Amino acid sequence: MADVVKVFRTWSSPFALRVIWALQLKGVEYETIFEDITNKSPLLLQYNPTYKQVPVLVHNGKPILESLVILEYIEETWKENPLLPEDPYERATTRFWAKFGDDKLVPSVRGVLMTQGKEQEEGIPVVIETLKLIEEQLKGKKFFGGETIGFLDIALGWTANLMCVFEEVTGIKFLDAETFPLLSAWIENFSDVSVIKQNWPPRDKLVLKFQAAREKCLAEAATK
Amino acid sequence: MAASDVKLLGASPSPYVNRVQIALNLKSIDFEFLEETFGAKSELLLKSNPIHKKIPVMIHNDKPICESLIIVQYIDEVWTSGPTILPSDPYDRAMARFWAAFVDDKWYPALKELRMAEGEEAKTAALEKLMEMMTLWEDAFAKCGKGKGFFGGECIGYLDIAFGSFLGWLRVTEEMGEIKLIDEAKTPGLAGWAERFCSHEAVKGVIPETEKLIELAKMFQARAKAQSQN
Repeated sequence: MADVVKVFRTWSSPFALRVIWALQLKGVEYETIFEDITNKSPLLLQYNPTYKQVPVLVHNGKPILESLVILEYIEETWKENPLLPEDPYERATTRFWAKFGDDKLVPSVRGVLMTQGKEQEEGIPVVIETLKLIEEQLKGKKFFGGETIGFLDIALGWTANLMCVFEEVTGIKFLDAETFPLLSAWIENFSDVSVIKQNWPPRDKLVLKFQAAREKCLAEAATK
Repeated sequence: MAASDVKLLGASPSPYVNRVQIALNLKSIDFEFLEETFGAKSELLLKSNPIHKKIPVMIHNDKPICESLIIVQYIDEVWTSGPTILPSDPYDRAMARFWAAFVDDKWYPALKELRMAEGEEAKTAALEKLMEMMTLWEDAFAKCGKGKGFFGGECIGYLDIAFGSFLGWLRVTEEMGEIKLIDEAKTPGLAGWAERFCSHEAVKGVIPETEKLIELAKMFQARAKAQSQN
């Protein structure tokens, strides 16, 4: 019986992009369902009642949730082009840094993107320090995965196109080539991989979206 | 394997540390338990986990592994003889990982929120949120366990370890708040599971007695109050 694979995503979700990249890198055929976050489909709510969000991978009718959990599932189900290293210690290290990206980098960036004034100023060094820790992981490597992209490249891949969007929206430079030579080179190499290149959401649309999100957040904070 | 090959930096009241202890016990792995003193992090901890400076850290052949769930997966991947911790089917594994992450990202924060809540309104809201989650857990138990005794089915597995390690602190919240989170009437599946889990060979003696944890909870509360008053 042929596999039926569906991905619920939005046009801009960086977490859903992880799933798209992984499926395409492994040559898995899938159907895309684009969701409107302001008007979620009954099917999405049925598949993900706990979090009601994208991405959701549905494989032969069974839903899998949370992008990093989905990546592990994809890795275990389709064996072509392995994304995780074979060695258990290296796998543990990869998983550690993927979790670090979500637990530390994402909130620290959000902390600058959605604030202003003193609060924003205080948030900037946190982002820089977090990025420095990630930069160190690239020492001696072209990609986090080594010679080819892997699990951690996919997990951190959102930075390759969204950091410059956030820089434009806030007017703050996070990733300058002098402080982050390895990350800067990685962004170029990563963005050059065809599966990555062909899936970037349109940049101008992203800038507008995050500008609007920032304004909304600042307005809400002001009324509190 | 020699005991000194595996070291665990931790403290027994930590449910995150308990996860690793149970996983090591399940695989009958000898290890050296290096107990950290509360309030004073050892040199070894700071060196082994410079990023988070937190327990647990497992050191295997001098290499540190951090983050409890990552350590448990590592144990499962390295020691392949003996009982398996993660399920073998990828979909079951995804379910186990999803719910394990739910413990850390949603459930335990909600439990802490209830313990720290001040005033009737805050307490009621926190309790309602937590009770909704207990219903989710009862459903998850039915789906993952497939009618057997554990989330892992017939044997304890990844999700049993991830969630079960928090039963000590769950009992603390119940006793101190005079509430029932796991109830034979409302959550019969969980009630049976909790008893089975705590009496399992690999778990016995790992989670500290509720009275001891209550003492610790009271001490933390007193400290937090003193700090906020300064």
